[in-house]
Amino acid sequence: MEQNHLSVTGRIFDIQRFSTHDGPGVRTIVFLKGCPLRCRWCCNPESQSYEIQQMRQKGVMKTVGRDVTVGEVLEEVLRDRPYYRRSGGGLTLSGGESLWQPDFAVALLAAAHENGINTALETTGFAEPQVIERFLPHVDLFLMDIKHMDSRKHEEFTTRPNEKILQNARLIAQKAKKLIIRVPVIPGFNDSEEEIRAIATFAASLPNVDEIHLLPYHRMGRDKYDGLDRPYLMGEVPPPTPAQMERLLEVCRKQGLTTHLGG
Amino acid sequence: MKTVYTEKINKSPRIPALIEHLFAKMPEIEADRAVLLTESYRATEGQPIVLRRAKAFAHIMDHLPITIRPLELIVGSNSKAPRGCQVFPEYSYTWLEDEFDTVATRNADPFYISEETKETLKKVYPYWKGKTTSELATAYMAPEALAAIDHNIFTPGNYFYNGIGHVTVDYAKVLRIGFRGIADEARAAMADLKVSDGDYAKRHQFLEAVLISCDAACRYAARYATLAKEEAAACTDDKRKAELLQIAANCANVPARGANSFYEACQSFWFVQMLLQTESSGHSISPGRFDQYMYPYYKADLEKGVITREFAQELIDCIWVKLNDLNKVRDAASAEGFAGYSLFQNLIVGGQDAGGMDATNDISYMCMNATMHVHLPQPSFSVRVWNGTPHEFMIRAAEVTRTGVGLPAYYNDEVIIPSLQSRGLTLEDARDYNIIGCVEPQKSAKTDGWHDAAFFNMCRPLELVFSNGMDQGVQLGPQTGDVAQMKTFEEFYEAYKKQMIYFIELLVNADNAIDQAHADRCPLPFQSCMVEDCIGRGKSLQEGGAIYNFTGPQGFGIANMADALYAVKKLVFEDKSVTMAEYKEAIENNYGKDMDPRRAEALTAQVARRLIEGGKNLTAEDVRAIYETVTANPCTEEQKARYQQLLDRIAALPKFGNDIPEVDTFARDVAYTYTRPLLNYRNPRGGQFQAGLYPVSANVPLGAQTGATPDGRLAHTPVADGVSPAAGRDIKGPTAAANSVSKLDHYIASNGTLFNMKFHPSALAGAGGLESFVALVRGYFDQKGSHMQFNVVSRETLRDAQKNPEKYKSLVVRVAGYSALFTTLSRSLQDDIINRTEQGEF
Repeated sequence: MEQNHLSVTGRIFDIQRFSTHDGPGVRTIVFLKGCPLRCRWCCNPESQSYEIQQMRQKGVMKTVGRDVTVGEVLEEVLRDRPYYRRSGGGLTLSGGESLWQPDFAVALLAAAHENGINTALETTGFAEPQVIERFLPHVDLFLMDIKHMDSRKHEEFTTRPNEKILQNARLIAQKAKKLIIRVPVIPGFNDSEEEIRAIATFAASLPNVDEIHLLPYHRMGRDKYDGLDRPYLMGEVPPPTPAQMERLLEVCRKQGLTTHLGG
Repeated sequence: MKTVYTEKINKSPRIPALIEHLFAKMPEIEADRAVLLTESYRATEGQPIVLRRAKAFAHIMDHLPITIRPLELIVGSNSKAPRGCQVFPEYSYTWLEDEFDTVATRNADPFYISEETKETLKKVYPYWKGKTTSELATAYMAPEALAAIDHNIFTPGNYFYNGIGHVTVDYAKVLRIGFRGIADEARAAMADLKVSDGDYAKRHQFLEAVLISCDAACRYAARYATLAKEEAAACTDDKRKAELLQIAANCANVPARGANSFYEACQSFWFVQMLLQTESSGHSISPGRFDQYMYPYYKADLEKGVITREFAQELIDCIWVKLNDLNKVRDAASAEGFAGYSLFQNLIVGGQDAGGMDATNDISYMCMNATMHVHLPQPSFSVRVWNGTPHEFMIRAAEVTRTGVGLPAYYNDEVIIPSLQSRGLTLEDARDYNIIGCVEPQKSAKTDGWHDAAFFNMCRPLELVFSNGMDQGVQLGPQTGDVAQMKTFEEFYEAYKKQMIYFIELLVNADNAIDQAHADRCPLPFQSCMVEDCIGRGKSLQEGGAIYNFTGPQGFGIANMADALYAVKKLVFEDKSVTMAEYKEAIENNYGKDMDPRRAEALTAQVARRLIEGGKNLTAEDVRAIYETVTANPCTEEQKARYQQLLDRIAALPKFGNDIPEVDTFARDVAYTYTRPLLNYRNPRGGQFQAGLYPVSANVPLGAQTGATPDGRLAHTPVADGVSPAAGRDIKGPTAAANSVSKLDHYIASNGTLFNMKFHPSALAGAGGLESFVALVRGYFDQKGSHMQFNVVSRETLRDAQKNPEKYKSLVVRVAGYSALFTTLSRSLQDDIINRTEQGEF
């Protein structure tokens, strides 16, 4: 193993083991800190700022964010190797946005590969194409969000337009081993059949893409906003109903895509 | 290519009807057996004990009331009332007499007892004074061992007051040749005896006892054949009439002769099971590899076209229901330790055959169906897993787990087989192992494993290190020195080991005393005739007739001791942030915390009872004064603050269960303080002691007898169960907990280890959830863990069940090595189950 990989440092805010929703099999998810987007529904608001922060959890102030080396993270990731081997699982990088810590993320992914660990990347796709090129050889599965086809509305709800994201989706689709498109279904933002159809049509137009996951909005991150003394912009909006999700999945299936509800 | 039928088979409407009848009323205590036993004993005074036992068994089986319950296809009940139980005064009886008026209203496992039954029992009990196994065992024990029991260092209560059970007999042989065939073997062995042999008399007596027992079993079945025929004659429903006639035909043939069909095999199996449970009160009489010995009969019938899969499934389901019909009343304290009316009848499917090939067959899958259909705690359903276990088998087992029934338990062939070989089993015998009771592996039909020989509380010797061997004003353990003067952790650890060895020796003394008492007073010729090589040696199981003999007492509290010793090592000797004297003071004062009110009430009651027994008259005011003394917290605010600081320091230390190699390898070493010394001792049957690491549900009541421990555990609270991390301390998820537990040496604990995990149902949702769950089991087993079991029920559900028990009558949870109806458990055990760390809440 290349020593220089192991000493690269990065900033993470959590490592979650035995995750079963973000990529195949049993996975360890490393959450990187810092994201260029500010999605209104974001369920990990503590992931957004790159700065190390204080957040109240169950009345106790906790530090969110720590600087670590690839070696330290890898050691914890490797501990669950028996479970990856039995399930086809591995390492998933999530965030935050890993593309914005490319040196650390690429080193970690490469180190995982050197140890025979399958890798996945959850990403907004919001970065320069040359950054994405650096990731491509080290990622077995891209899980990339397409949140809306209308750039103006995309920007209104996430603070960023979508052109760069859509271009990168095409780049990843052409060059990655595998790409799955994921859509957070957010009431009042993209939960109409027309909006989902537009995304599904785009996904189906990408080369080598045949799978789309719809992730229904949930409110489980709300307490974290209180803990950060930030307003929760989604208010009391209820999550989509199972029946509505089924209708939207059907819309995607009509585009010839394999669908999946949830991560 | 596929040769095994794995599809699900629908449930017959008969099954819910049988279950409803079974659970309609509170279980009841019946006196018939005790009366018949006493009659027989009075008539056989002065005869050799093994013959008296056989004659008593025959007298009981000839006269015990028999009944066929509505809609039954498999018959044979040792009580008139559903889930009723007989009593066994030859083992002990005074506790029941003392509890006559409370047994129906007690917290754990209440039983109804009629005034008439009480009167009848009161008449026979005086005969048993001075004649029980427990009285003889007490006489055999060293005074130090009795003191250690009295001070709750360990409890051998299970066999001290009851039969042994804990056996898997040769069901296959009974199915094949029947009891007439076994009697023929005994006659042949008798013919081989030489009158000039030194042990001729003893061997002849034993074989004669076997003949009497086999005949009794045949006559008992014949009574059922007659009854079924009579009921058929009176039956106006043609369908039921035909069923009753079939039952009559079955009982006329089995278990006297070999079974000619799958149905007869089922009936024969059942007679063996219920007869064993009537001969003695031992629990954990385990059916073992049911899928292996039943399969040939099923296959033959299927090939002949005389049975459908649906009917075969219905019969298996009927057996599952019947296994819940057998019951046993225990004393109040034991009922807490074995809560849930459990008889621990462990039935296991899958795994390797004696030749090392995968043994999974149709019946393995039908047993999973049965557990889903019946959804009751019995049988304690288990699966064997090895590297060659089909993936589909694992997924189906995971589906059963997902129903929340707490079954099956998963066992790892890759650890258990070599572990048994290291105890002297042949490779073929080791491969053919099954599980007894909770988690104890053994070879069926060849073993007397004494698997549940005692609970040893690993926390109590550490308390004695802090008190220099003193307990409640008595020098109970060796003087290992003043802890405040200890200079190194090694010195402290040595003191713990010294206390451990001292009490392990006493444990051995107590177990061997009880073992000898059973041999002397309660040899079991019926059970013995189905275990090799009792007939050949002319000796009962209790006298060493089995090929393999063991004694397996279990240690518990390993996680607490690992965390506790680690905390002392770190805080006192490495960081030097607290002195030993301060630590001692904090523990003695329960870290300045108040006592749990329920515990305080129990203690008050205990003290009051002692005073009353001592002849004192107590007023309500006196009781209040006792309560106040018990709950008084003498600590100043300054002390409380200091102790809290220590608790915070302890809380900040790494704990067992979080995949921290340094802590986990330390825990491995701590477990050796129990598992290694035990291997040096032998039992009266010529066998070896071997350790288990599991607590049944005794971690709650025995925790209540344990003071505060250096891991920050408060006095009288439960200790960790099995080899699982202490409740609430494993916070890194299921894989981290499993990795930690796998670091223990599961091979040396050859009497079994128990790893409990609780899952939120969402963790097993969907096909992906099942796959991940299977990977978790496989991954733990790849790292050489031995056993795993799961509760899949949400904390909210359990809390709601505590509030509204009537809504959750059928809620089954995994307690320890077994499942039980949640609402039948005591409140404290319910709380303990709720407080186990729940994994997989995303």
